[in-house]
Amino acid sequence: MSEDQTNPTPPSHHATHGEIALAANAAAKAAAHTRRAFLFKLSLAMNAAVGAVLAVPLVGYLLGPAMKKPSETGAWIPLGKLSDFPVGETRLAEFRSPEARFNDGDTAKAACWVRRISEDKLQVFAINCAHLGCPVRWFAQSKLFLCPCHGGAYYEDGRRASGPPERGLFEYRTALVGDSLLIHSGDMPTFTTEAVNKPKPLIQIAPASSTDEAQAASLSTNGATSPMRSNEWPA
Amino acid sequence: MASLKDRARTAGSRLYDWVELRLGLIKPLTETATHPTPENSASWLYVFGSAATVLLVLQIVTGILLALAYSPSANEAWNSLAQLNHVIPLGWYLRALHGWGSDFMIAIVLLHMVQVFLFGSYKFPREMTWIVGVGLLLLTLGMAFTGQVMRFDQDAYWGLGIGASISSHVPIVGPYLVHMLLGGPIIGGATLARFFTLHVFVIPGILLGGVGLHVWMVLRHGVSDWPMPGRIVSRSTYQQQYHELTASTGIPFVPDAAWKDGVFAAALLLAVMACAFFFGPFGPGGMPDPTIIQTAPKPDFAFLWIYALLAFLPPSIETPVLLVAPVIGIAGLLVLPLFAGEGERHWSRRPVAVLLVSVIAVTLGIFTHLGTYTPWSPVMSAWTSAPIPARLLANRTPLQRQGALVLQDKQCRNCHAIAGSGGQRGPALDMIASRMTEDQIIRQVLQGGGNMPAYGNALSPSETKALMQFLMTLRSEDLPPAIDSSTKLTHPGESQTAHPTPTPKNP
Repeated sequence: MSEDQTNPTPPSHHATHGEIALAANAAAKAAAHTRRAFLFKLSLAMNAAVGAVLAVPLVGYLLGPAMKKPSETGAWIPLGKLSDFPVGETRLAEFRSPEARFNDGDTAKAACWVRRISEDKLQVFAINCAHLGCPVRWFAQSKLFLCPCHGGAYYEDGRRASGPPERGLFEYRTALVGDSLLIHSGDMPTFTTEAVNKPKPLIQIAPASSTDEAQAASLSTNGATSPMRSNEWPA
Repeated sequence: MASLKDRARTAGSRLYDWVELRLGLIKPLTETATHPTPENSASWLYVFGSAATVLLVLQIVTGILLALAYSPSANEAWNSLAQLNHVIPLGWYLRALHGWGSDFMIAIVLLHMVQVFLFGSYKFPREMTWIVGVGLLLLTLGMAFTGQVMRFDQDAYWGLGIGASISSHVPIVGPYLVHMLLGGPIIGGATLARFFTLHVFVIPGILLGGVGLHVWMVLRHGVSDWPMPGRIVSRSTYQQQYHELTASTGIPFVPDAAWKDGVFAAALLLAVMACAFFFGPFGPGGMPDPTIIQTAPKPDFAFLWIYALLAFLPPSIETPVLLVAPVIGIAGLLVLPLFAGEGERHWSRRPVAVLLVSVIAVTLGIFTHLGTYTPWSPVMSAWTSAPIPARLLANRTPLQRQGALVLQDKQCRNCHAIAGSGGQRGPALDMIASRMTEDQIIRQVLQGGGNMPAYGNALSPSETKALMQFLMTLRSEDLPPAIDSSTKLTHPGESQTAHPTPTPKNP
């Protein structure tokens, strides 16, 4: 700045000569310039189009896990013989998640609490606390499920007893095929992934009555989900 | 000899010229390093930014070395960590450096942020430096959370469950978020793979880019001068004032100011090394097997306060608080320099700023402290591991002793302490009979309430009777039993001792 101010005149004198030449040159270049500018814009547009075509499958791949339909998730899996679960007791049962893949290792395993209320009435609770998913433990003497993380407590029928949970324990749908107990398992139960699983067709296997079906579908936490005796293996 | 020395010098000079002609970076970088900075900014309080960068480099180096042995697969990750700890020479030390480096980095980044906030250094023209810095803080915390998942143990598994459960509360997109987070319907190999990708590729990439931007803007605007009360930042005058200050008191950043950064960085690295050497690596804890339910999952130190907060939020406001508060908090940090970009910088003229930092620091400190001993969690083993002290059983009737058995057997101790042992979820029972009458205790036990489950279905009448007999003996000799003050009005004829409880006689 200071240099420009100390000797302002000589450069401007030179410039007057040079400007004429520059202007002529620029005018000559202008025609070519618009053509090149147009071609550059065209190349941008081409890349935008190609980029979009490239991006759609990439984004699709990335969103893949979220795009899976709820009806494609989950399956009926056997928990064991009914006789393994004595009437009046609540026992831990283990199973392998039907969603497990080859590299899941131990995380493919899952556990649930099976409560045999009577000869043919059962409740199967997810082990995940309805608050934030920590594993709840059953205390037979005080008839409570207690969560180690934030102290959520549930009664023997899964109702919320105290603590931070907003609701009772998540329940699996159950079915009895012969002497074997089946549950429908898919998503790891959380506040809304469990809800998404609700409208599954598999719930409709051999419903005893339409009211039973509605009750089962609503996964009521107040009472036991009606277990369904069926000789037909769910498809 | 002299000629040899001269020839060596000439050769060195020619080599430099040859390289610099082609590279063109040595001269500008040297000029950048020696740029003048206000003398008053060469302070021990101005070293945290460079220290965070040094720790970032440590994390990158140790992270790359750990990647030589780590297997980001759900069925191998835990074993590869165990192998690092026990088989690979110095593997334990590398894991310890990386783990402790992470804790130190969070601490230093927070210190840096507090210093910049209290010094008003985020004001004009450094607003964007602050905004990028907020992003760097979030990315650092993102590294800490994804890093906790890399340590694929029980805490990592159930921590992912907590993350998924929180995401599931987001309206409408909740279930999709859960599936995106987990990479599928369950926690498994896909989950670890995507957290590995985030931890190793995505977040570090953005983090390095952000640090580049951050440092570029620091160089562009210069290190902020030491704030003085009454020296007001104004968009029209600040830059000129800063340049005058630099021209009059400026010292070259390297070496006159940078030596403090260097000394602090060395001390910090030494501290990380000492912690790593003496305290060793973090975990891994139990194997990530969800069928092992004898576990009390806990997040790493930096997230303990959130874990504690989640225990205290009432169910009715938990979702709104979880989903809205972080958005407001982050947005507040981001827009702070936009509406407070001018004015006083000195902390003595900014009481709200000082109050904010104090309140937030105390709050985080309290919640973190609570998170270290989780008083809200039942002590799952207390009913079998914490016996009733013998002095509370001496000179008791058989029924009272039976009551003590009921107290143990019904797991009351999991939430209620006696003689200092047991859970802290409910009140300690040592002096319960001085605080509540028998009727009140019976009602509380059978019907529950106030965060206590109802035990009506879990206690038979005879068990209840025995339990009450024992509980009524739990009071200090100095204090009378609790009385129902309405008894005098409703039953004028009866005295309070209508149902006398044998007074405890302590041996």
